[in-house]
Amino acid sequence: MAYELAPLPYDYSALEPYIDTQTMQIHHDKHHAAYTTNLNKAVAGTDFENLPAEELLTQLDHLPESIRTAVRNNGGGYVNHNLFWAVLGPNAGGAPSGKLAAAIDAAFGSFDAFKEKLSAAGMGRFGSGWAWLVVKPDGRLDVYSTANQDSPLTAGDKPILGLDVWEHAYYLKYQNRRADYVANFFHVVNWAAVAKNFTAALG
Amino acid sequence: MPFELPTLPYADTALEPYYSAKTFSFHHGKHHKAYVDNLNKLLSGSPFEAASLEEIILATAGDGTKVGFFNNAAQVWNHTFFWHCMTPGGGGRPTGELAERIDAAFGSYEKFAEQFKAAAVGRFGSGWAWLVLDGDALKIISTPNAETPMTQGKTALLTVDVWEHAYYLDYQNRRPDFVQTFLDQLVNWEFVAQNLAQAK
Repeated sequence: MAYELAPLPYDYSALEPYIDTQTMQIHHDKHHAAYTTNLNKAVAGTDFENLPAEELLTQLDHLPESIRTAVRNNGGGYVNHNLFWAVLGPNAGGAPSGKLAAAIDAAFGSFDAFKEKLSAAGMGRFGSGWAWLVVKPDGRLDVYSTANQDSPLTAGDKPILGLDVWEHAYYLKYQNRRADYVANFFHVVNWAAVAKNFTAALG
Repeated sequence: MPFELPTLPYADTALEPYYSAKTFSFHHGKHHKAYVDNLNKLLSGSPFEAASLEEIILATAGDGTKVGFFNNAAQVWNHTFFWHCMTPGGGGRPTGELAERIDAAFGSYEKFAEQFKAAAVGRFGSGWAWLVLDGDALKIISTPNAETPMTQGKTALLTVDVWEHAYYLDYQNRRPDFVQTFLDQLVNWEFVAQNLAQAK
């Protein structure tokens, strides 16, 4: 069973004007596609090729050294982007509600304080990487950033919202202005999808 | 004395169509400038106020408490060096002693180019690929983010920037095309030869 690149769950233009059509086309059809292809190459013919991609990342330290870096990078790229597309959407933005809103308030003080913390994590990541809202093993929420395609799954946490701050995520529209991209990201967050991830992570 | 953003060693249109003026306007005018500005902000009132760029880089490398100094100082140095590694009408094969050294170290120019390209394309995330002098040996290495060969005791001879901002407006995801074009059309071999001569 090879890992498959799922089509975007909405049109390439659906996140305009915050994330442009051309960026979505290249980001999904080229970058995400390359991670998918390279993940398949890395695990083809190994004992691990039938594992769910998320499990490859939670088990990363147990994988043979010969494929560990390729899985870390490409498995991370595959899984991270799957999450990214799922937590974005048209007619989105605003604020979360219900249990997720309460958990965010409890962990960060307020929704605005959370937004500040996630933005700072994204802005402070030097080079390529991600900022995350994760559920810790004890059920608490946390925000941090990872380098490159490193997944919070490898650290034992469950990511429920990801902010891609690789330059390829925003350079065609925002160039060096990462701060503007990060501010606009909040216009396209699909909080219903994040809430679903939150419920699933609490199991 | 605060550091200043050096001017490009050629017009911003000089490397068209291989490296666009638009890319320079951001890469030099915004990214390189931000590293200079951020460094100057950090330096004001710090123990490094009178230090050279190289002194700051070497003094802060690997020091988790001075990451801001290191990242900005090294990126100022790396970018200035990178601009000089390109020239209009550049690229192709080196000549003279440099060509002999490359043949001796890698087998042929083609093998050098292949190895250099593999280092540049294989650098996952942001970083740089380098031709360096390590002792007496020419070597190809890549470094992540702001890391720079001098902190490993190596002398930089040639570099290509493979942060996505270096090529995304002109090449998008096609990093291999950018690196091939850099080798075929842009490399300033005279500068590389000069770096080798000075390293002796």
